[in-house]
Amino acid sequence: MEDCLAKKMEITVSEAEKRTGRNAMNMQETYTAYLIETRAVESQSEGQCAPVDSLWRRYSEFELLRNYLSVTYPHIVVPPLPEKRADFVWHKLSADNMDPDFVERRRIGLENFLLRVASHPVLCQDKIFYLFLTQEGGWKEMVNETGFQLKADSRLKALNATFRVKNPDKRFTELKHYSDELQSVISHLLRVRARVADRLYGVYKVHGNYGRVFSEWSAIEKEMGDGLQSAGHHMDVYAASIDDILEEEEHYADQLKEYLFYAEALRAVCRKHELMQYDLEMAAQDLTSKKQQCEELATGTVRTFSLKGMTSKLFGQETPEQREAKIKVLEEQIQEGEEQLKSKNLEGRDFVKSAWADIERFKEQKNHDLKEALISYAVMQISMCKKGIQVWTNAKECFSKM
Amino acid sequence: SGPKSLREMPHPLATSSSEEMGPALTPSPDLLLPRSIADKDLSLPNGTPVDTSSPASSSSLLNRLQLDDDLDGETRDLFVTVDDPKKHVCTMETYITYRVTTKTTRAEFDLPEYSVRRRYQDFDWLRNKLEESQPTHLIPPLPEKFVVKGVVDRFSEEFVETRRKALDKFLKRITDHPVLSFNEHFNVFLTAKDLNAYKRQGMALLSKMGESVKYVTGGYKLRSRPLEFAAIGEYLDTFSLKLGTIDRIAQRIIKEQLEYLVELREYGPVYSTWGGLEVELSEPLEGVSACIGNCCTALEELSEDMTEDFLPVLREYILYSESMKNVLKKRDQVQAEYEAKLEAVALKKEDRPKVPTDVEKCQDRVECFNADLKADMERWQNNKRQDFRQLLMGMADKNIQYYEKCLTAWESIIPLLQDKPETK
Repeated sequence: MEDCLAKKMEITVSEAEKRTGRNAMNMQETYTAYLIETRAVESQSEGQCAPVDSLWRRYSEFELLRNYLSVTYPHIVVPPLPEKRADFVWHKLSADNMDPDFVERRRIGLENFLLRVASHPVLCQDKIFYLFLTQEGGWKEMVNETGFQLKADSRLKALNATFRVKNPDKRFTELKHYSDELQSVISHLLRVRARVADRLYGVYKVHGNYGRVFSEWSAIEKEMGDGLQSAGHHMDVYAASIDDILEEEEHYADQLKEYLFYAEALRAVCRKHELMQYDLEMAAQDLTSKKQQCEELATGTVRTFSLKGMTSKLFGQETPEQREAKIKVLEEQIQEGEEQLKSKNLEGRDFVKSAWADIERFKEQKNHDLKEALISYAVMQISMCKKGIQVWTNAKECFSKM
Repeated sequence: SGPKSLREMPHPLATSSSEEMGPALTPSPDLLLPRSIADKDLSLPNGTPVDTSSPASSSSLLNRLQLDDDLDGETRDLFVTVDDPKKHVCTMETYITYRVTTKTTRAEFDLPEYSVRRRYQDFDWLRNKLEESQPTHLIPPLPEKFVVKGVVDRFSEEFVETRRKALDKFLKRITDHPVLSFNEHFNVFLTAKDLNAYKRQGMALLSKMGESVKYVTGGYKLRSRPLEFAAIGEYLDTFSLKLGTIDRIAQRIIKEQLEYLVELREYGPVYSTWGGLEVELSEPLEGVSACIGNCCTALEELSEDMTEDFLPVLREYILYSESMKNVLKKRDQVQAEYEAKLEAVALKKEDRPKVPTDVEKCQDRVECFNADLKADMERWQNNKRQDFRQLLMGMADKNIQYYEKCLTAWESIIPLLQDKPETK
């Protein structure tokens, strides 16, 4: 693999801080700023570590960066940002953006995003990205100066293309279908998982009541008292253990969420292809109709019905000079059109090629990452089971001494 | 110290029935326990003969001969089992009968083995008879009589099995009791082919007497309750309160577990759906789906076990506590009656040196009751400790087994998840 930025530079999002400031409308607002620390990875020949550079960015700046990358590299499956608002929460989790747990998970998500971009063979070389990491002041202006917003395709245009394109590359159609399904299934999974977590929390916490009642009961017993009391303690431990277990599981949920959002990035690439293909088809259609017009004018035959043809029939034909002029214009347009079509064709083929290469890279990454996520989930479950066995074995021993 | 002083005291009946007293004090060679004797002079206020244990002194002997733990297999001479539930469909009703098997070497039984069929009604009858005839003893509880039709299926396997276990426990507790196990009604219950005939006979006898048998005279106010019985009463109050709380907690846990199960049942299949979309991840995702399915099964088993094995025993002990408190009340009444009669005599100021017989009988009753109750409480406490030890260890075991099943499931898919397609 090419030398990507991730290999040359250590990147971390190490801190999050609450800030207050004034927004564009000069109203006071509270937001969270994240500290990005970078350090060049140098060979430790003298045992010296390179100094750490740092700057603060807020979520909206990350969003700006990502938009820029999506528009500038439409053939790349651009890594997604962590969610803007807390979604798929279960009752104990806060849906509040200011909640420390949410901020913490977001910090990790943002770091992950930067690492993904930095390890992408194409994206890591982008100058704006580099400046995002290294230059705090004036970065926003620089991004806007690239004029990327102008290159952005309108949503309406994209939607139109999706419906009307005639011959998209089948692979992209399938991929789009896949990304729709993936999004749907991961959403479902995250929703149900949140409910499962909620219920499991309930089961564990109710056991805590045993602790109290065993303690009260042990007060009136002679021989049974000690056993009951100590067993009650284990029930308390059991009830308390669920908090850590579920906190760990949130990381798994975050891993799934990343791919939920990745599905959207996949879809964006497919949409771009459809748009380009539609554009190409329209250009080809336009060229064909112009050629036809030219032919008709030249030979005097009217093959297709046109209002002009009808009116000229009714009101008399134009002069040969007028016709000559028209033909000349059309011929020019046709030549232009042909050149444009050629370049559009080339563009389209290039896009398909490079996009598909990145898609293959993405697929491998996805398979690897999700497998790792499933393994870590299984490991979490195993740990939970072992803890359960431990606690109940301890309780059983206490009961046996009753 | 109670029984001791009684022994020293000249028994009002000692001179008249010394022969009958003899056997009671010397245990027969093959049995550790003395036989109960029907003491004709110990009768109810209304004159009906009562099959009670012999006077307090015998009970005290019992206590000293009684081993701390339950009789081990070698010395036990009576074994009773309840099993084989069967449904009977008649024109009037449908009901379940259980097979009651008895194996014994006791002389009170004509045969060494018996096998009869009994229905719940018969157990209920037995319990009532025991309460009547052994009012100074703690009679074990029966599972609840009435179940709301429509809410609980009286003929479901789970319900019948739960009931069977409770009925088996009931008979075993009686079997283990040194006095109750020799009760005549118990004997008939275990042996009679036609129990209904015996029941009718008993009813006829009663109707002849014109009054149903009630030991409690009622209506007397107790001056002061002996400390130990007051303590027992307080203990039982708190005990049944705590058990009630535990029952509610256990039910809540089961409810939460079932709700968790509902979500899990939706969760697992989503992984499977996802697997259908993927190529390389297909097997791992299917594996996770199957794994969650196994956890669901394990959880279902845990909840069922808790419902069938844990909750009924808790409820049994709550019922036990209730009936014990009633016995305590009866004891209070007997003592109150004695005190009242004693006071009445004291007020008469006659110079009769002898205490009237009926006051003596009251005193006997009090001391008898106290001794029997004390002995039964000790036995009950011991059994309770063992029963709860077993019950709670069982609960822990079930939870351990649940987690072990889940652990196995998750551990077994790790290699599947780590498997690389090239290595296949």
